[in-house]
Amino acid sequence: MTTSPVSLAAHLAAAEVLVCCGSGGVGKTTSAAALGMHAALLGRRAVVVTIDPAKRLADALGVPGGLDNEPIRIDVPGDGELWALMLDTATTFDGLVRANAADEEQAARILANGFYRNVAGSLSGTQEYMAAERLHALHNDPRFDLVIVDTPPTRNALDFLDAPGTIAKFIDHPLFKLLMMPTRRGMKVLNIAAQPLLRTIGKVVGGDVLADAVAFFQAFGGMETGFRQRADDVMALLHSDVTRFVLVASPRDDTIEEACYFAGRLADSNLSVGAVVMNRCTPTFGEPPARRPRGAAAGALYDNLVELRTMAATERSQAAALLEIRGVPAGTETTWVPTLPGDVHTLAALTTIRGLLFD
Amino acid sequence: MDPLQFLTTARVAVVAGKGGVGKTTVTAVLARAAIRRGLRVLVVELDGKPSLARLLPDVEVQQLSATAALAEYLDSHGLSRVTKRLASRGIIDVVATASPGIDDIVVLGKIKQLERSGLYDLVVVDGPAAGHAITFLLAAKSLLATVRGGPIASQATEVAAMLADPTRCQVVLVTLPEATPVNEAVETAYALEERVGVHLGPIVINAVDAGPLLDVDAAPVDSPLRLAAEFRNARRALHHAECRRLGEELALPQLQLPIVAGSQLSAAGVDALADEWAAS
Repeated sequence: MTTSPVSLAAHLAAAEVLVCCGSGGVGKTTSAAALGMHAALLGRRAVVVTIDPAKRLADALGVPGGLDNEPIRIDVPGDGELWALMLDTATTFDGLVRANAADEEQAARILANGFYRNVAGSLSGTQEYMAAERLHALHNDPRFDLVIVDTPPTRNALDFLDAPGTIAKFIDHPLFKLLMMPTRRGMKVLNIAAQPLLRTIGKVVGGDVLADAVAFFQAFGGMETGFRQRADDVMALLHSDVTRFVLVASPRDDTIEEACYFAGRLADSNLSVGAVVMNRCTPTFGEPPARRPRGAAAGALYDNLVELRTMAATERSQAAALLEIRGVPAGTETTWVPTLPGDVHTLAALTTIRGLLFD
Repeated sequence: MDPLQFLTTARVAVVAGKGGVGKTTVTAVLARAAIRRGLRVLVVELDGKPSLARLLPDVEVQQLSATAALAEYLDSHGLSRVTKRLASRGIIDVVATASPGIDDIVVLGKIKQLERSGLYDLVVVDGPAAGHAITFLLAAKSLLATVRGGPIASQATEVAAMLADPTRCQVVLVTLPEATPVNEAVETAYALEERVGVHLGPIVINAVDAGPLLDVDAAPVDSPLRLAAEFRNARRALHHAECRRLGEELALPQLQLPIVAGSQLSAAGVDALADEWAAS
């Protein structure tokens, strides 16, 4: 491991997987899209995956019909390519069940299960696990040589990293184990609803729901090996040198705290932040004149310039200090991206952001 | 009409909005404004990292964690014996997995209990992060659709009754004066009204740069003074246009908070923001 700072451009050139993380509302999706544009300029074949329910990437990329679970090619300059997709958790989960089921009958039984249908898309950790699963699949897809992931807001994004562990937890689940034990021993499955434990739980949460859940866990039997193997592969990919992590924040305490919390979690998993992108900084416009001009109008312009300069300087020093206090390694490169005068919802604006990040 | 009127008419205010819009700031300022009206205020933080106690040093702040609330609920419903058989985290996982939304229901049940306690005139809830607000508030209805009978169903019924009654609960949406946040706020507002059936209080637009437009012609073209003024005017025009568009698309009273320079919000900063509302 080298200790000298690695630029955002160098990370982008070296990475096969680039994970953008940070809290919501900091322009993370926009950054991910701009990174993808730059990658295409460098001749890479990049795909941007968003799991942000806000579907903002489509706005910025000017995809009129919105993004889909399948990659859509975006028309951008450069020798490379830019593709984008919006993760559909339920469809991805269905695919994973079909791929890992012993036969069509098992797949059909799971896919038709009421608990699975209600829960597949919404169970906590499922979305993150499916994102990791998709990341892995796209990484192996010959159409692409770079996968850029726009993670959901921080707390969920942590699950995204933990997701392989989460699915293992789900397999190691007490209920799952309880139900699997008789089957593994080759015994006939007991009428589990009769077990006192399940009866008690059933009383509290309602029997129907539990019956479906039990049926789901039972139908799942035998698939855990495939799921676990996949989880291990994803974990190995996230931990390899081809995966780089970019923190995205804006110069406000709360968003930096959230981003840094994430940095801490990366460190806990022996991973590190490659670079920081600080969006929505107050722009500066050069030196003010030596003295405040006379006249109300010109004086107001002077005050405005000075105010913006003060805001920019305060933001920058506070943000840099906080990053350091919160354990982002000193020397991690921070790219300061000024706020644009208007909204970023066109390809042209995205091109401007790309320029601000790299030129 | 006074947009802060709802502070005295509803007993629970759930502050909701996407991440990064300043939900916690708005929660603190609302609580401060309510205290200035002489109300007994409780602030509730959900599973977040505690920051409101620092912003409201003299106010009672309670942390509600879904896991803790669910454990307590199960304990009080005869599952303590079972809890001993499985790791306590495990049993909670089982229950939460088997019955999605049950953790939200017990948290809402707790809020309802605080509302009914008679100890507070207003409970301000710093709502769940990101897009979770709709799912969170919809939990009662979703659960009632799948579970019939049992203590959780009656809990859900009571929560649904609280959410449907504007004298008991209102949602304060928070957004920013930019295109995407405004679009999301409009979508969320409709979803909350139509799907959850909860009453919406005023919508708060945070970090508004509301100053007057500057006379750019007072400085030469391309000079720093002029470029800075052009930038500022563009931002102010955008904010003005987005506040106005929000007003056209959502017939809700609007409250604005001004943009605050620097990143650190303090208790004094919250006071200053509450002053803005007192003055308007």
